[in-house]
Amino acid sequence: MKVLVPIKRVADPANANKVKVAGSEVSHDGLEWVMNPFDEWSLEAALRLTEDASAKTRTGEIVVVSIGPKAAVDTLREAMGKGAERGVLVDGEDTALDSNVVAQILAKVVEKEQPDLVLMGKQSADGDSNIAGTKLAELLGWPVINYASHIETSDDGKTLTIKRELDVGVQTLKVQGPAVITCSDRILKPGTIKNGVTPADFEYPDLGDLNSRLSNLKNIMAARKKPLDELGLGDLGVEPVRVDEYVGFELPAGRSGQAQFLESVDELVQKLQSEAKVL
Amino acid sequence: MKKRRYLFEAEAHEALRAEIRKFSRNEIAPHAHAWDEAEEFPRELYAKAGEAGILGVGYPEAVGGDGGDLSHVLVAAEEMVLEGKSVGTCVGLGSHGIALPPIVSFGTPAQKERFVAPVLRGEKIAALAITEPGGGSDVAALRTRAVRDGDDYVVDGAKTFITSGTRADFVTTAVRTGGPGHGGISLLVIERGTPGFHVSKKLKKTGWWASDTAELTFEGCRVPAENLLGRENAGFVAIMMNFVTERLFLAGQCVAIAELAYRETVAYTQQREAFGKKLTGFQVTRHKLADMASRIAAARALTGECVARYLKGEQDAGLAAMAKNTATDACVAVCDQAVQLHGGYGYMREYVVERLYRDARLYPIGGGTREIMNEIIAKMEGY
Repeated sequence: MKVLVPIKRVADPANANKVKVAGSEVSHDGLEWVMNPFDEWSLEAALRLTEDASAKTRTGEIVVVSIGPKAAVDTLREAMGKGAERGVLVDGEDTALDSNVVAQILAKVVEKEQPDLVLMGKQSADGDSNIAGTKLAELLGWPVINYASHIETSDDGKTLTIKRELDVGVQTLKVQGPAVITCSDRILKPGTIKNGVTPADFEYPDLGDLNSRLSNLKNIMAARKKPLDELGLGDLGVEPVRVDEYVGFELPAGRSGQAQFLESVDELVQKLQSEAKVL
Repeated sequence: MKKRRYLFEAEAHEALRAEIRKFSRNEIAPHAHAWDEAEEFPRELYAKAGEAGILGVGYPEAVGGDGGDLSHVLVAAEEMVLEGKSVGTCVGLGSHGIALPPIVSFGTPAQKERFVAPVLRGEKIAALAITEPGGGSDVAALRTRAVRDGDDYVVDGAKTFITSGTRADFVTTAVRTGGPGHGGISLLVIERGTPGFHVSKKLKKTGWWASDTAELTFEGCRVPAENLLGRENAGFVAIMMNFVTERLFLAGQCVAIAELAYRETVAYTQQREAFGKKLTGFQVTRHKLADMASRIAAARALTGECVARYLKGEQDAGLAAMAKNTATDACVAVCDQAVQLHGGYGYMREYVVERLYRDARLYPIGGGTREIMNEIIAKMEGY
């Protein structure tokens, strides 16, 4: 199975307090870049789909693709350190992208790579638009399933049985590949991926608060030598059209930092209802 | 605040830092305070660190490691201190860093298979035992005796200040197999459970609380002769070689601890207000912080130079001693000022800098005292 995993680098959400905005621009000065956590979930799912975890061998191929400046190579190498076989960097400026541009570029990459599956983050931790995956599927004419919590492949790998955890219960869908799938964080739990190769009783370690597996130094070194293509938009023959226009950004109002001590739970509930109006 | 790196660092170091950062934030930082107070971290952490490939950094793949060299070890340790914020946990997890190199360098293939690989997988804990209750710095005078008897050595004596000693599965132990002086010393791997091997005391310390430290005694302890590392009576050179890298580890830890204390202090002084403005609004605060940053940068530069030279094959014991003293002094001074700038909170156990201040005090003593370092420097300088 060949899986394409689009990966975006985002400013480390842990540094949110360092973000500076000016008009329609968000300043990236002094921020550290990390892999979009939502993409990490999908990468982890893709890794589990394409390996024999028990024998610690790879059984399929993962191509990670990112759109960004040269420095985004680090994020692709990170993904390759975790196990992805190849990387594709499409030249682009972080501030020049919106979900539509991303979907149009990715559609061209999909045409070129012909994967069996695109597994991507349901959103990015910076823009939170939640559009690119669905838009990509529309451009490709592929089925799209968002917020997958379980993925099981048929013996020939063509049919996927996917579960989605919704407020009303668990929905099970069957889909013929190729398809676009986005994942929820439930996908990181043990036993959520069945690929017919990893023994059914294999227990993945609990990742805790991690968004995907760690890679060790050996794999980090090996990732430096894995193939990585750098493409311009011209190479892909695409002139993406931007739909969104960023008009302005504002930081959220600072918190007062004031604490109030209450005497009882009843009083808390009452205040949450009448003052905070969150209940 | 600029995040500074060693001059020797390349892309792979940054990638390694990123992985260690994630591990440390996830597995260590949430428990840093509790483990220090409990004077122990859970044994399972070794397995987790082994699984994540952290214990194998700096060890060749042939012995079960993940490759890399001293530069990667320093960077991994720094990131673990910076993001895990528990020096005790880091030094406990890293005690194999001084216990295994003599086995990797002088051990037989069978010894490497038995002792190195399981430690790097996090299944076994390794410790190094050189210091004795009767003397630490004077290694050539050590008194723990190992007498050959058939296929065994019979070991009698005591060792103290042994990091990870209370739960180590084996201890790389310096013993006297020959006459007095440095020519009579050997290294023997002594396994936990060997009759006559006792953990006589778990020691209470000023700092490094999360790491256990033990006093060990050997009473007629029969150790198979196959556990001898290298040739009999040739252990002193192995110990001395090990000391050079240990000093660079310790210098690296000092840089890391000082850096953490500095970061904590910058963050604190940027939000703490007094007399109507932030502490960083006062020139005295900014100048103190500038001095801290300068001392760390200097210590980092010298430590980094020493590592780079070591990796080029230059063995410069004098420069390693200078690096250790420079980094130690920087660490002690920076942690002291970090507490000062935190005011009363700096004296409270719930603040990271209070812990670092106590942790820092070890470094001018452990791994060769500040005074012994100066002796080495004087000797190498030829006066």
